[in-house]
Amino acid sequence: MAHAHHQPFAHEGGHEGHHDLEELRKFGFWIFLITDCILFATLFATYFVLHENTAGGPGAKEIFELPGVIVETFILLTSSFTSGLAVLALNAGSRKGLIGWLLVTILLGACFIGMEVTEFLKLVDEGHTIHSNAFLSGFFTLVGTHGMHVSLGICWITALIIQLSRHGITPVTQRKVHITSLYWHFLDAVWIFVFTFVYLLGVS
Amino acid sequence: MRGGASVIDSIKDFVSWFFVTGDPLIYGADVAIVLTTVAIIFVLTYFRKWDWLWREWLTTVDHKRVGIMYIIASLLMLFRGGVDALLMRTQLAFPDLKFLSPEHYNEVFTTHGVEMIFFMAMPLMFGLFNIAVPLQLGARDVAFPFLNSLSFWLFFMGAMLFNMSFVIGGSANAGWLSYPPLSELTGSPGVGEDFYIWGVQISGIGSLMTGINFIVTIVKMRAPGMTWSRVPIFTWSVLSSCIAIIVAFPVLTVTLALVFLDRFLGAHFFTTDGGGNAMMYVNLIWMWGHPEVYIIVLPAFGVFSEVVAAFSRKRLFGYGSMVFAMLSISLLAYFTWLHHFFTMGSGADVNLFFAITTMIIAIPTGVKIFNWLFTMYRGRITFQTPMLWTLGFIPCFVVGGMTGVMLSAAPADFQFHNSYFLIAHFHQVLIGGAVFGYFAGLYYWWPKIFGFKLNEPIGKWAFWIWNIGFYVCFMPQYFVGLDGMTRRLSSYGWDKGWWAMNFTSTIGGFLMGLGFLFQVWQIAHSIKFMEKDTTGDPWGARTLEWSIPSPAPLYNFATIPVVTDRDDWWEEKERIAAGKAPKARPKLEPIHMPKNSPIPFIQAICWFTVGFGLVFHWLWIAIPGFIGIALTMLAHSFNYDTDYYIPVDEIKRTEAKAGRIV
Repeated sequence: MAHAHHQPFAHEGGHEGHHDLEELRKFGFWIFLITDCILFATLFATYFVLHENTAGGPGAKEIFELPGVIVETFILLTSSFTSGLAVLALNAGSRKGLIGWLLVTILLGACFIGMEVTEFLKLVDEGHTIHSNAFLSGFFTLVGTHGMHVSLGICWITALIIQLSRHGITPVTQRKVHITSLYWHFLDAVWIFVFTFVYLLGVS
Repeated sequence: MRGGASVIDSIKDFVSWFFVTGDPLIYGADVAIVLTTVAIIFVLTYFRKWDWLWREWLTTVDHKRVGIMYIIASLLMLFRGGVDALLMRTQLAFPDLKFLSPEHYNEVFTTHGVEMIFFMAMPLMFGLFNIAVPLQLGARDVAFPFLNSLSFWLFFMGAMLFNMSFVIGGSANAGWLSYPPLSELTGSPGVGEDFYIWGVQISGIGSLMTGINFIVTIVKMRAPGMTWSRVPIFTWSVLSSCIAIIVAFPVLTVTLALVFLDRFLGAHFFTTDGGGNAMMYVNLIWMWGHPEVYIIVLPAFGVFSEVVAAFSRKRLFGYGSMVFAMLSISLLAYFTWLHHFFTMGSGADVNLFFAITTMIIAIPTGVKIFNWLFTMYRGRITFQTPMLWTLGFIPCFVVGGMTGVMLSAAPADFQFHNSYFLIAHFHQVLIGGAVFGYFAGLYYWWPKIFGFKLNEPIGKWAFWIWNIGFYVCFMPQYFVGLDGMTRRLSSYGWDKGWWAMNFTSTIGGFLMGLGFLFQVWQIAHSIKFMEKDTTGDPWGARTLEWSIPSPAPLYNFATIPVVTDRDDWWEEKERIAAGKAPKARPKLEPIHMPKNSPIPFIQAICWFTVGFGLVFHWLWIAIPGFIGIALTMLAHSFNYDTDYYIPVDEIKRTEAKAGRIV
């Protein structure tokens, strides 16, 4: 953690002020991510406590279908990669490249969400709903919360693309790109846990 | 449809379901609410103050004003929660009294707990954070002023939503932590629990954002030269409290969301059927709830440390150990939650672990008590009200802490569990620790906030009445608890032999109420008669906030101070007294400030709308609310015009008005 006197003061006047404000916001976002980690950790914990409480219904082994989930996982991992390419384009100062890669990222994100919604609808169609038992309550809530985060990310990056096309690359949009990319990678990391501990362990 | 009569009937049905009816106390409250609302609207219109209210307060992002709003709101909630307490004490004054029905009593104790923790203690604490922290750091605002305003309005709307429940729809009655299965649909089919869930959820999100905001502020916005070993001790306490907030509050968010899913979508997290596990709720809520206790009390420790040093005219004894103690408390707070349910059959090993961690936490707390005592030792103590509350706190907290150690002994806890012994213990640490601390802080920083001191003689009366009332109220409860009286009882028989102690306790409760009235009188009297403080430093205090005029100008510091010592302002005064030249000040420059914004207020109203719609399962209200939240977020994201500069001339004029030459 940097000491304040090592760097120019955040709210100080002068033209440097804006830049430091952006640093402050990035730092704040890191702390927000800590809180989001704890939020997911809590949901994982509830899932683990409940994942065998099927109240007589079928368990994870019977209802999860791995192939679709593996495809979903690859799509999300790829989107994390393309969001990294967007940051590289930003660093190279290419607005076109940046917007292009962001578009690819949210398209992949939308595919992921589409597949997840399909999976949920199929489960509901087969009679496995959030109401069925504690295991499914935990499952839908954990995976659904991740899905809601991804959807929010899609809206967020869309808004950012509009701002980029209006304002170009400025310290403000630059910070926003960094923050959304951080957020996107974070969701990817959470998904790896979902994939491993919910799906892979569930069917094994 | 069968014509007009049935329409009227269905309207009648709706009204009698929607509004709480049948209780004279509630009708009284209805009348009071309507009259107050009318009076406020009348005054604002008559004096043409709507525009002023909007520009200066509702849309403000100034941390000092946000702090004042927190304090006003929390004092109103203290009144509301206090009335609840007196209702309960009245009911318990005599055996078999028919003052409150058992159902109403359940609602009152639930509301009392929720009000006091979520809507009194938390906002009063945040009010002090807002007032003091940026000023102590030599900063011009918090890191995220917009977010700060949003945090306040979320708290406010959450509180309003919860408060509505006792006249509309019906209050929660499952206790302040709302344990399932009582709080499930099967146990509470009405809307009271939903009001609880959304009132607490919305304000809790605000608290979480405040935690993030103040961590960033403290880590990144300290004045040049303010190394970690020079950070004022109150600010350290805020940092440790905020660390606990960011780790604990997400757990609360999830817990409330899960119980809502149970009620709204028929999920089975905590239900008795479908494989749900009610015990998991208790674990989750206390994983938040126990750190919450320390979140509330750590800043009070910070206040005491500031006050003890200022009113003993000595440097705080054991600064390093104080910081270490606070940080270790914020860490240890996570490993104690299970002591709230030793009796639930977790097994001897688990109980043992949590019993030991609970006892360990008494050690850093003890360290602090000795630090305060050693600070006073050979100090030149003056007994003004902030110091009185600090002195009143020490014996109170020592007794409360020791009964806490008694409770933390797992085998003994099987006896004390859920008895009035516990009630007495936690009121002693929360009132004696947190509330006394916030009062001390409020008296201490009052001149900084408003530019005048509160009347000392009335304040001393208030202090003594409060303190005597406190002991008269809670000491008997330890004994009636050991005699077997359990909590949440609305009535008891003459044959129990609890009457005398309960009656005494009720007298104490009313004495505390009287103490509060004295404080109200004190504030009203002081607004009218107190002289303006022109020094900016009426106590002769030690830290940076006292180096600027009172009340602090919009930008706080005309030039950002360069810090060379702990207690920098005190050292500066000593240097000047010794005839040395004061520190050189840099030239004035235009000051960069955030612009006011209506978005936090509007967005909080949208949250309120969502909460209200979901409470009644009316999606036609909730969905527009959601859309409003999304739109306000986008509006803020697309707004690039968020700040401005205060020109040098204006700074000079402002400082000259406060009697300063820059």
